[in-house]
Amino acid sequence: MLLSARKICRSFGDNQVLFDVDLDLQAGEVHALLGENGAGKSTLVKILAGYLRPTSGEVLLEGSQRHYRASDEAEADGVVMIHQELALAEQLSVEENIFLGRELRRGLFLDRRAMRERSREALAELETDVDPRARVKDLSTSDQQMVEIAKAITRDVRVLIMDEPTATLTENEVKVLFALIARLRQRGVAILYISHKLREIEQIADRVTVLRDGHLVDSGPMAGRSKEELARLMVGREINEMYPPLTHLPADAPVVLEAREFLVPGAVKQASFTLRRGEVLGFGGVVGAGRTALLEAVLGIRAKSAGQVLRNGQPVVLRHLRDAVRHRIAYLTEDRKGKGLVLNMDLRSNVTLLNLRAHCHPLIDRRREEHAFQEAIQRFDIRLRTAARTAAELSGGNQQKLLLAKVMSIDPEIVIINEPTRGIDVGTKHQIYHFIHELTEAGRSVILISSEMGELIGLSHRVAVMCAGVLTGVLEGEQINEQEIMQYASGIKGVGVDEQRYG
Amino acid sequence: MSSVMANNKTTNKAANPTARQKGFAIDLKTWGPFVALVVLALLGVLINPAFLGLDNLSNMLTRSAFIGIIAIGATFVITAGGLDLSVGAMAAFIAGVMIILMNSLVEQFGAGLTTVLFGIGASLLLGLCAGFINGIVTTKGKIEAFIVTLGTMGIYRSLVTYLADGGTLTLDWAVRDIYRPVYYGSFLGITIPVWVFFFVAVIGYILLNYTRFGRYCFAIGSNEKVAEYSAIHVDRIKTMTYMLQGVCVALATIIYVPRLGSASGATGVLWELEAIAAVIIGGTMLKGGHGRIWGTVVGAIMLTMIGNILNLTDAISNYLNGTVQGIIIIVAVYLQRASWRKTGA
Repeated sequence: MLLSARKICRSFGDNQVLFDVDLDLQAGEVHALLGENGAGKSTLVKILAGYLRPTSGEVLLEGSQRHYRASDEAEADGVVMIHQELALAEQLSVEENIFLGRELRRGLFLDRRAMRERSREALAELETDVDPRARVKDLSTSDQQMVEIAKAITRDVRVLIMDEPTATLTENEVKVLFALIARLRQRGVAILYISHKLREIEQIADRVTVLRDGHLVDSGPMAGRSKEELARLMVGREINEMYPPLTHLPADAPVVLEAREFLVPGAVKQASFTLRRGEVLGFGGVVGAGRTALLEAVLGIRAKSAGQVLRNGQPVVLRHLRDAVRHRIAYLTEDRKGKGLVLNMDLRSNVTLLNLRAHCHPLIDRRREEHAFQEAIQRFDIRLRTAARTAAELSGGNQQKLLLAKVMSIDPEIVIINEPTRGIDVGTKHQIYHFIHELTEAGRSVILISSEMGELIGLSHRVAVMCAGVLTGVLEGEQINEQEIMQYASGIKGVGVDEQRYG
Repeated sequence: MSSVMANNKTTNKAANPTARQKGFAIDLKTWGPFVALVVLALLGVLINPAFLGLDNLSNMLTRSAFIGIIAIGATFVITAGGLDLSVGAMAAFIAGVMIILMNSLVEQFGAGLTTVLFGIGASLLLGLCAGFINGIVTTKGKIEAFIVTLGTMGIYRSLVTYLADGGTLTLDWAVRDIYRPVYYGSFLGITIPVWVFFFVAVIGYILLNYTRFGRYCFAIGSNEKVAEYSAIHVDRIKTMTYMLQGVCVALATIIYVPRLGSASGATGVLWELEAIAAVIIGGTMLKGGHGRIWGTVVGAIMLTMIGNILNLTDAISNYLNGTVQGIIIIVAVYLQRASWRKTGA
């Protein structure tokens, strides 16, 4: 056994998050760690990687007990963790980041050439074309992820812990990552892999461990365990009907929102769409196809060079998100930490921030605000199991519900939802899907941007697909299937294909 | 719509008592500046019982009013993630223009109330405009506040020196007689500057804690992107904080001018740093997102109190005022950070 955890317990104050958890990692295996948000996965891996110390229990490396006081001690043993939130120095170059804190030196000076060479090798192994001299700030999120991984493999890594590595990667990058994981496994590296995506885990994991509410509920080989069974173990109850039935859409349902001929510099070349009352319009495409840019331009958050918006058939001008709010259009951003919630602000103020004027006459009425907050907790099932004071202290799923509560505070008729289930556990996903269903049942309309094919297919009445800034097509009925969406998303089929091929 | 999401009410109820308990540790942080003020006051009494004399207290509060009023404006700017280094120079410039204007109006209106009111009006207008310039250049020009206000600081400072032709601008004696009570007068036994300080603080408190503007300042200072995605007009709110700061500077100048009746290139030197120090001692975070008006008031009083105590004792030279202030600023912030960490916020 390469790395083992024995009877690990961990508490934060009065709040115990891990109860006697055991975990065994063998050399050359991919071990998946599953659990809902708040199940204790992150706490457990932080203990293994030396970021946290257990309240009781022990960590063993090849049978000998280790007491890591800091992550660098674990790294010295070859136990390296890649963070969910990327931990890179944005203003430094890729190679400077890769060797940050363990720079190669020649005498007193940095050996830049050697560092660049080794960075280049590591990046080449990842089959990425990231330039070692590029500044990290200028890279896409997925490239930054690759840098994190490169950073890990330039160390003499024996145990690699990956916390949700594919959350921000494109499909192709995921393939490259999986190929790399396979190579690392052959080299005898043990990989502990945290993900919510059961399909991925089915694909790459040798063994699997499931946590629920800080307890170990299952551990064993992946072979013979089905996705459905694992989902049930994580949630602790049967998840039937992951996707609720589609709301019936009357043939004469009026168009509530129309976007015509949108052009966004550097992102969208050509896009028009309509949205009807009670409809879920999905937006498919790869990361960077321009879906977010298009909808943010429609909302007035991003500058456009052309394009017209019609609300209930009337042309409207949306220059600022406030204008969109006035027209009862709400936007749920995909980046809940960077754009959605004020992390160091209390929960109540976060919920009321978008619609603060409803609580002002003219001074803020704190009691009414509190009332609205308590209502939101009930309505959106926000669980305050830990004594969370600020939004930062909530788990990912609860943050998402808090954000949902904030967005819904304006009582919108149209809700634009961007990647609502990124990094979220099965149980909360299920709740969000049903919430979208309830919205449409109540005659609201939803635009759903998602990179998860299942979501798009399961929830949408129609799916608009984008490829390289062009809205290539809108699929309906039988056309909505994985293969068709992929063909439009890759530009094999649809509008603007010719220009792309020959232009 | 509530059926699906609200399927787990029990967990919520259990959570509330623990949430309350945690508030206590935070309270110590809230009251920190006040505790420090009391400790400093006790020290003052021990050193010299005259410290508690009404005259001394009144004098001290009156002196702290200038910095205090400016610092209340600075609390908004800093809470919203900005910084204004130009306030001291702005005060000097406004004072200079006020004096020139009032002197020139004497011929027309005589040395009467009208002349003084014109001066006061001009001061407020100038403050508002100066703040607007700082705000609009920072937000629309997307230049860091530090750089913009460093620039305007130099501009105002040199303008006042130019207006005074390198010397001193002096207010007409007759006007000064009329204007005098604004600094030296009192109402209900409390001097006018202290009243102004008090009202600015109360209004500031309400603005920061009970209006949308205040809440938006917190949101912008914490994360501008989030504020933008919360349909807040970020640039507008930020510009408004600078304008509010300008008005505060104007108010401070209005009560400052009758004190000496003059302005020169040396007026208001280092006021910006004292104002920022008062804000920081009061528990507002320099990086934004967290601000406290009463803390700022306490901070401004503490800074003046240090000078006052040093005046009352021979143990430490008065020339070391800056040293003691500096140490207290650093210690105050250190203590705040320490308690910050403990509560895990």
